[in-house]
Amino acid sequence: MSTTAKVPVPIDESAEPAAVPLRTALKAPILLGVVTMLVALLIAFKARAGKTTFRLAADTDFFDLPAVTVPSTATVATVVVLLALGTAASALLVSRGRRTPLWLIAIFAVVAMVGFLAWAAAGRTVPVVGLLGGSIALAVPLVFGALGGVLGERAGVVNIAIDGQLLFGAFAAAIFGTVVGSPWGGLVAAMLAGALVALVLGFFAITYFVDQVIVGVVLNVLVIGLTSFLFGQVLAENPQELNAPDHFERIPIPVLGEIPVIGPVLFRQTILVYLMYAAVVIVAWALYRTKWGLRVRAVGEHPKAADTVGIKVNRTRYTTLLIAGLIAGAGGATYTLVSVPQFGEEMTDGAGYIALAAVIFGRWDPVRATLAALLFGFATNLSGVLSVLGSPVPSQFMLMLPYVVTIIAVAGLVGASRAPAADGVPYRKG
Amino acid sequence: MSTNETEPAPVEEPAKDPQEPGRFDGVLREIVMGNAMVAVLSVLLAVVVGSLMILLTDENVRDTAGYIGARPSDFFSAVSTAITDAYSALFRGAIYNTNVEGFEGRIKPLTETLKFSAPLILAGLGVGLAFRAGLFNIGGRGQMLLAGAAAGWVGVGMDLPLVVHLPLAVVAGALAGALWAGIAGFLKAQSGAHEVIVTIMLNYVGYYLVFYALSKQGLLQAPGSLNPKSEPMPESVILPRLLGDRFNLHLGFVIALVAVGVVWWLLNRSAMGFRFRAVGENPDAARASGIDVGRTYITVMLIAGGLVGLAGVNQILGTATSGVTVDMDAGIGFDAITVALLGRSRPLGILAAGLLFGALKAGGFSMAAAEGIPVEIVLVIQSLIVLFIAAPPLVRAIFRLPKEATA
Amino acid sequence: MTLELRGITKRFGPLVANDRISLTVNEGEILALLGENGAGKSTLMNVLYGLYQADEGEILLDGAPLKMSGPGDAMAAGIGMVHQHFMLVPVFTVAENVMLGNEATGFAGTLDLDAARQRVREISQRFGFDVDPDALVETLPVGVQQRVEIIKALSRDARVLVFDEPTAVLTPQETDELMEIMRQLRASGTAIVFISHKLREVRAIADRITVIRRGAVVGEASPTATNAELAALMVGRPVELTVHKEPAQPGPEAFVVKDLRVVDDTGHTHLDGISFSIARGEVLGVAGVQGNGQTELTEAIMGLQSHVRGSIRLGEHELVGKSVRKVLDAGVGFVPEDRQVDGLVGGFTIAENLMLNRSHGKPFVSAGTIRNGYLEEFAQTKLVEYDVRASGIQAKASQLSGGNQQKVVVARELSRDLSLLVAAQPTRGVDVGSIEFIHKQVVATRDAGVPVLLVSTELDEIVALSDRIMVLYRGQVVGIVPADTPRETLGLMMAGERPEGTAA
Repeated sequence: MSTTAKVPVPIDESAEPAAVPLRTALKAPILLGVVTMLVALLIAFKARAGKTTFRLAADTDFFDLPAVTVPSTATVATVVVLLALGTAASALLVSRGRRTPLWLIAIFAVVAMVGFLAWAAAGRTVPVVGLLGGSIALAVPLVFGALGGVLGERAGVVNIAIDGQLLFGAFAAAIFGTVVGSPWGGLVAAMLAGALVALVLGFFAITYFVDQVIVGVVLNVLVIGLTSFLFGQVLAENPQELNAPDHFERIPIPVLGEIPVIGPVLFRQTILVYLMYAAVVIVAWALYRTKWGLRVRAVGEHPKAADTVGIKVNRTRYTTLLIAGLIAGAGGATYTLVSVPQFGEEMTDGAGYIALAAVIFGRWDPVRATLAALLFGFATNLSGVLSVLGSPVPSQFMLMLPYVVTIIAVAGLVGASRAPAADGVPYRKG
Repeated sequence: MSTNETEPAPVEEPAKDPQEPGRFDGVLREIVMGNAMVAVLSVLLAVVVGSLMILLTDENVRDTAGYIGARPSDFFSAVSTAITDAYSALFRGAIYNTNVEGFEGRIKPLTETLKFSAPLILAGLGVGLAFRAGLFNIGGRGQMLLAGAAAGWVGVGMDLPLVVHLPLAVVAGALAGALWAGIAGFLKAQSGAHEVIVTIMLNYVGYYLVFYALSKQGLLQAPGSLNPKSEPMPESVILPRLLGDRFNLHLGFVIALVAVGVVWWLLNRSAMGFRFRAVGENPDAARASGIDVGRTYITVMLIAGGLVGLAGVNQILGTATSGVTVDMDAGIGFDAITVALLGRSRPLGILAAGLLFGALKAGGFSMAAAEGIPVEIVLVIQSLIVLFIAAPPLVRAIFRLPKEATA
Repeated sequence: MTLELRGITKRFGPLVANDRISLTVNEGEILALLGENGAGKSTLMNVLYGLYQADEGEILLDGAPLKMSGPGDAMAAGIGMVHQHFMLVPVFTVAENVMLGNEATGFAGTLDLDAARQRVREISQRFGFDVDPDALVETLPVGVQQRVEIIKALSRDARVLVFDEPTAVLTPQETDELMEIMRQLRASGTAIVFISHKLREVRAIADRITVIRRGAVVGEASPTATNAELAALMVGRPVELTVHKEPAQPGPEAFVVKDLRVVDDTGHTHLDGISFSIARGEVLGVAGVQGNGQTELTEAIMGLQSHVRGSIRLGEHELVGKSVRKVLDAGVGFVPEDRQVDGLVGGFTIAENLMLNRSHGKPFVSAGTIRNGYLEEFAQTKLVEYDVRASGIQAKASQLSGGNQQKVVVARELSRDLSLLVAAQPTRGVDVGSIEFIHKQVVATRDAGVPVLLVSTELDEIVALSDRIMVLYRGQVVGIVPADTPRETLGLMMAGERPEGTAA
């Protein structure tokens, strides 16, 4: 027993095939297959006669693209074939141990949507530019809200109060936009209002360790109560002096705005939309490329580790939360400074919860969350467009989509999402 | 005799310092365990803030404040008038109305308070029970809507004698609420999906589902109508009035009281409740002790959803019998969260909190009618109470109370 | 440079964690801080590192008092710390972790990752580490993670380095390597504070030893002191360094594990076909460095792992595929390795914790209702029998000390009719008195004819209690050897080297 010989214990790391990653990878082709089946079912059982027209031009286009008119059933049939091919490609890739690339899924989604529209709008005209442009407009508060949500959660503070920030932002924008006489005044006030809600959230969640979900939910109710109370008590009596802000006008961007389809959709919007583009880029850059972002992420993942290297955890959380509040508040301004320049009770209608859904669906990443918010904006707008077209799909089901998609996402059916490790956990020293 | 030498202490530093919260300091623990003093003070504080809001927005007060230097007495009398008027209106609406003739008329407000508190208690129990098992049920709205729609569907869709019809409608509603909440429990058990997110999302899915059913002929929409509303409930499913037709108080309140008793037994005396609490306090230890945590999540959410569902039933078959609508939940789903928090997730606490908020509601409507103070002031006070109650150190600091000894 | 702590007092409410502690450590010197669980070592180091503020006393660096309001000040003063629980962000790369809080930046606060990578390589080279600056920390083995901690401290030019229980997660060989690194640092003039409760290591490396007990310095010792002297100083009374037990009287084989494989949810293999058996009246000790499959082994037996293949037979029962409840019903007692996570419900009373795994029927439950009278009587008896020091059976488990918490767990498990006892780290974080008590209970259980599976990362505990020892390394059995196998052999086995002449 006194002598020992080095007998390395063999461990073959690859002996056990990584079972779960395969299962994860399999989700994509299965999902694509299900979508293909659903579209196929549309023509199999509820085929609709007639032609569908896709109008690509906006009213003021420089180039005038002709409208595309296609026979509904034939188009859907073609789409089904394309979708089946896409599914097969995905299955083939997975069987060779690779993942389904994102671009394939994106193209698949676009094709599926074309098929769906060709079916749903049979005999009618789909205003493509209006559909997409409207989606962007509807998505603006969602994107701002989601960016705020992403920032807060990356720093470890769950922000259920996005809705409160949007609503309070809308409220402040209406009053101050009116009083100052400029929508810019309203925008600044909205941002400050969002930050104020964030400050209260931080005060209870960071300083007093109150459960962040509770604070968030209660803050939403508080803001509803407060704004409705003040609306009834003050605004309703002097609408002209307090609730009639100037609104932002559309600013077409030269050249870019003239590009067919893309131009009117992306570059003939109000300044808030352009601010949104900037916000997405800046937040993504700041979070991943700067010292500040590194610290924010450290504080959200492992606050104690951050503390031990001299980072003030709670101060970082406060500042991040305030910045997030400014951003979310700007989203609130869209409600009262763009289309309908006046405040109404509970006018956000729970949009903050969709923004929250976008945060989770976007896996706590600013760019993905933005895309999710755009998707949700699209779903909302689509329901409106379809009901105008008199489509056979009840608008309620389209409106339900963001929420259903989010449930599917958190249930882990589509990709695995990992929240920041210390998300929602108050930091106590020691 | 074999003896082996050993070094004495395979020891580590303590897992936690005495003051450090450590793992046992569950998220909801402070709320469940805090003391009653803080609760009372929180209510007081919230009422003070609410009063300030009333004053700040009162026109008389604002006008007199303009010349407070010249005639301070005007200002102070305006302040006292505004406050007294508001609170006497609140009192008249919630407890005892001195402005009408006859004892029946005078105590009617009290019965209104009880009527308003019934759904708050029921839904509060649903939220509180889930809390105790470590689950945050924010899905009250969706559960109430689904329950109301199911009860309403049984109500208008069938023609049965009261003894069968009413219980059937009640059970259908409770079941619908249970199943809707059960989805969140099931997903939590299956994949760990966070119930906060799932229940929030289910609120909206439920809303649009019911909205759809209400705008579809043949489902729930009243025949020939274009409004998203069902027919009124027939007599055979309406919860009987407890004190005759002059009062609106109905059987729902009794159901709420019974539910308080049942939940109390469940949590404090039953083996199932023991397991609920074990899972809520420490799911890992529960699992290692042979408790099926996933199944517990599902069971808890089913029961919680059933309780919230009863709140929906209470509305549709008792308080608002004119038909199912998408706003029949009247914010109770969210109010329930505040009730559960104020009641510290304990059945008797929830009963008390439900009565208090019921009184605020009843009184709030009377304030709105008599003084023109928007009823949302109640919402403000309610949420402030919960914020304060969730942060005992803040309340102690404001009232300069000594720190609670850390045991 | 010389670091001096002078009269440091730190209180938590009524409890005095540090009571006027003074100590000095000089340049090029290793000072060991020795003390048992709860003695206040970590509190002291957290004060030194600025995580806690001392109520009294001062910290002097080369005679000048330091003003500390946070770890930032400590680092600026040249104090670095290698934490027991690594202070690394798992989803960050090595370079990001090293630069965190000390970031090199370019335009508008942009991170200069190249500079950080360079710094990591430079320090790695100096100490012969092999660390990839771009590796994600969570993918690195613990030994390498510890090196990242060291690099992190050195990258800030630490001249005083505190190692807090650094060997807890290391193999004996890795421990030797760490000691070599510490010597190298000492030679380069770094002042080192080495916190430990392991007498052997302290004696091996320290230049001076300071012993603390109940928050106060109780003495200085030289590395030449004997184990018994140091132990007595540390505990405050002569310590029984031995566990008295009769030779085992093994009965028939009662617990047989065959070809057990455990895979986790990510597809990673934790146990790779292990087989062993335990006889009635025998203690099988499972030795190994933490993370070599011990946790998965106990959890697989208990039904707490989801992907288990192979066979676990207890008498007539096959346990693989059974729910936790079925396993418990088969008579398996389980002392989990982390009592606060798996063993106790902190918010429950002692009485409630004593019935935690018996809420499904008799004797504590009838007709779905808890029999409070019976429970109270039972709890009262156990409180006395197991010497649990508490205000009463209604005391919350979270209010008890580690030792008393563990006694509650042991009491619960040993109060059932057992056909197997699985005890994982039964004395971790427990005071010496409770250790002695729990060890006696384990031996008594064995003597009552129950097979016992004892898992511990403390080799001393394994050697003291076991009748046979099984060594696990990377999910495989390196060997099953008699309890009197030399420590050096066991140490090598723990590093995966198989002794000649033993079958795996």
